[in-house]
Amino acid sequence: MTIYFIAIILSTWVLLPIFLITLAAFSVPSDYYNVHKIVPTSFTFKHVHDLFFTLGAWKATFNSIMVALITIGISFGLGIPAGYSLSRFAFKGRESLKLAVLFIRMFPIMVIGVPLTVFYLNIGLADTLLGVALAHTAMVLPFVILITSSIFSGIPVEYEEAAMIFGLSRTGAFFRTTLPLALPGIAAAAMFAFIMSWNEVFVAAILTLTNRTLPAHILTTALASIDPIKFAAGFIMLLPALIFILLTRKYLMTVWGITLR
Amino acid sequence: MVNVTLEDVRKYFGKVKAVDGISLKVKNGEFIVLLGPSGCGKTTLLRTIAGLERVTSGRIFFDEDDVTYLPPRARNVSMVFQSYAVFPHMSVYDNIAFPLKIKKYPKQEIKRRVKWAAELLRIDNLLSRYPNQLSGGQRQRVAVARAIVVEPKLLLMDEPLSNLDALLRVKMRSELKKLQKAVKVTTIYVTHDQVEAMTMGDRIAVMKEGKLQQVGTPSDIYHRPSNLFVAGFIGSPQMNFVKGMIAKKEGNILFDAGDLTFRIPDELVSVLEKYEGEELTAGIRPENIYLSFLTLESTETVKVKAKIDFVETLGSETILHCKIGNTVIISKVSKEVNLKVGDDVQIELDARKLHFFDKRGEAII
Repeated sequence: MTIYFIAIILSTWVLLPIFLITLAAFSVPSDYYNVHKIVPTSFTFKHVHDLFFTLGAWKATFNSIMVALITIGISFGLGIPAGYSLSRFAFKGRESLKLAVLFIRMFPIMVIGVPLTVFYLNIGLADTLLGVALAHTAMVLPFVILITSSIFSGIPVEYEEAAMIFGLSRTGAFFRTTLPLALPGIAAAAMFAFIMSWNEVFVAAILTLTNRTLPAHILTTALASIDPIKFAAGFIMLLPALIFILLTRKYLMTVWGITLR
Repeated sequence: MVNVTLEDVRKYFGKVKAVDGISLKVKNGEFIVLLGPSGCGKTTLLRTIAGLERVTSGRIFFDEDDVTYLPPRARNVSMVFQSYAVFPHMSVYDNIAFPLKIKKYPKQEIKRRVKWAAELLRIDNLLSRYPNQLSGGQRQRVAVARAIVVEPKLLLMDEPLSNLDALLRVKMRSELKKLQKAVKVTTIYVTHDQVEAMTMGDRIAVMKEGKLQQVGTPSDIYHRPSNLFVAGFIGSPQMNFVKGMIAKKEGNILFDAGDLTFRIPDELVSVLEKYEGEELTAGIRPENIYLSFLTLESTETVKVKAKIDFVETLGSETILHCKIGNTVIISKVSKEVNLKVGDDVQIELDARKLHFFDKRGEAII
């Protein structure tokens, strides 16, 4: 009985704000400013539309997507081979290396933010999408390494060995056996990386001026606007995370379950 | 079809000597079994032959070709893994066709060969299924079909039957052996199960701690074990071992083991005389110990009085634990006998079937 009570409280804790912001994003202002109405009854797409087209959020959204895709590209290009090595090969210092990849998360992003901007200004990466993506890669890469390493550990090495015996090189064997089997997990990890990059606001805000990503854009533009725009902004920030969890809840448990062991 | 020659193959993992200097010749078309307890290095040896492990030193030849440093794909071998390693993301057909596709066989040929292999293993009705829809036995057949479909030069099997239930294992034993003879592929088979080794192997190579103990036909290994380890490892129940001394008394050569002391049979005297005063181990298999009241053959036997300590009735045979003083000797009688614990019996040890081992455990006779 107690467990249901706790479950209901927890669910409400998470779901109520989601519900309220969705409601607010699409309702007419006069409805939720009306003290006699608890639940709005008239709805409109106007605020979401204004945010995207009048306030230029569509460009920021495009920037965000680009940054997230570049981040995924680089962090997976580096992280998959690293995760594979950590899972398949026994070498000196493997465990310490596993721990060391998390060290970058030790420094608060505020601390490295300013030196990073100066450095970016010097090498000409400031205010570019690639610059933001590289910063996000540094943030996401440790997770990608640990997640992919645990995914690969869950796939018996015999599949690769069999493929090698039947005529493939080590690389070929990886692409024909382990990678297809790891794909669902890797896809979940990719979406996780996407969300991390999508939600990151601090680095994105200080590294860019004209090429703002969505959260940075919202931070500077939408939050200075009227309430309905803020609600709409909150809703579109929320959307990818919701879709992500909907698509990957089956894998999330295995991905984190193995990592946490 | 290939002759496999191993020359002083060694594989060390740090300080662990998994394979410690093995030389072995496997003949064309032969079915050889690597037999040994777990951790004896038999699987590691198989993996070096497959190319999955690189040797620390030594050479491996397929016929005249030195394959020691070739990657697995260049060796043209096939392997059946203990876990089968049937690819879960491919249908049975694609699994069997996998080696053919990689070796770029023409489409028609792939179809023909998959059909051939599937029919041979009687899984032709399962071709469109996925591995998770198959039983363990069926998965195993897929693994074997995939291994033979390219008609490899050399087939390696790593405990392929150990994950099957007992009944299926017995059935697959004879099936695999028949298949190997039909396909005529040189086969190296790893197992820790002595019954599998005895029933399937043309020859058996017994391993312990990375070293070969004895190589021979099943009958050789069984009847003429070269040392204590082989004698004790092969045969169930285990061979009886008694430690004792060769002693001379009143002109007779005796084997003196305290409770069990007997006169050395005449034909063994000449060999054992020179070990007088040394500690030896005598060994005899349970089935070579008879109950006096049942003995039909008139052979030279060593007669001893004993007390029944325990009786295991298995239906077709009875295993008797006989106590001679404090020494327990196990006898296997191929009948049901009406004996109970505490009964006094006279047992007879078949003198022709006695084995003697010296102090280091090497066989004398």
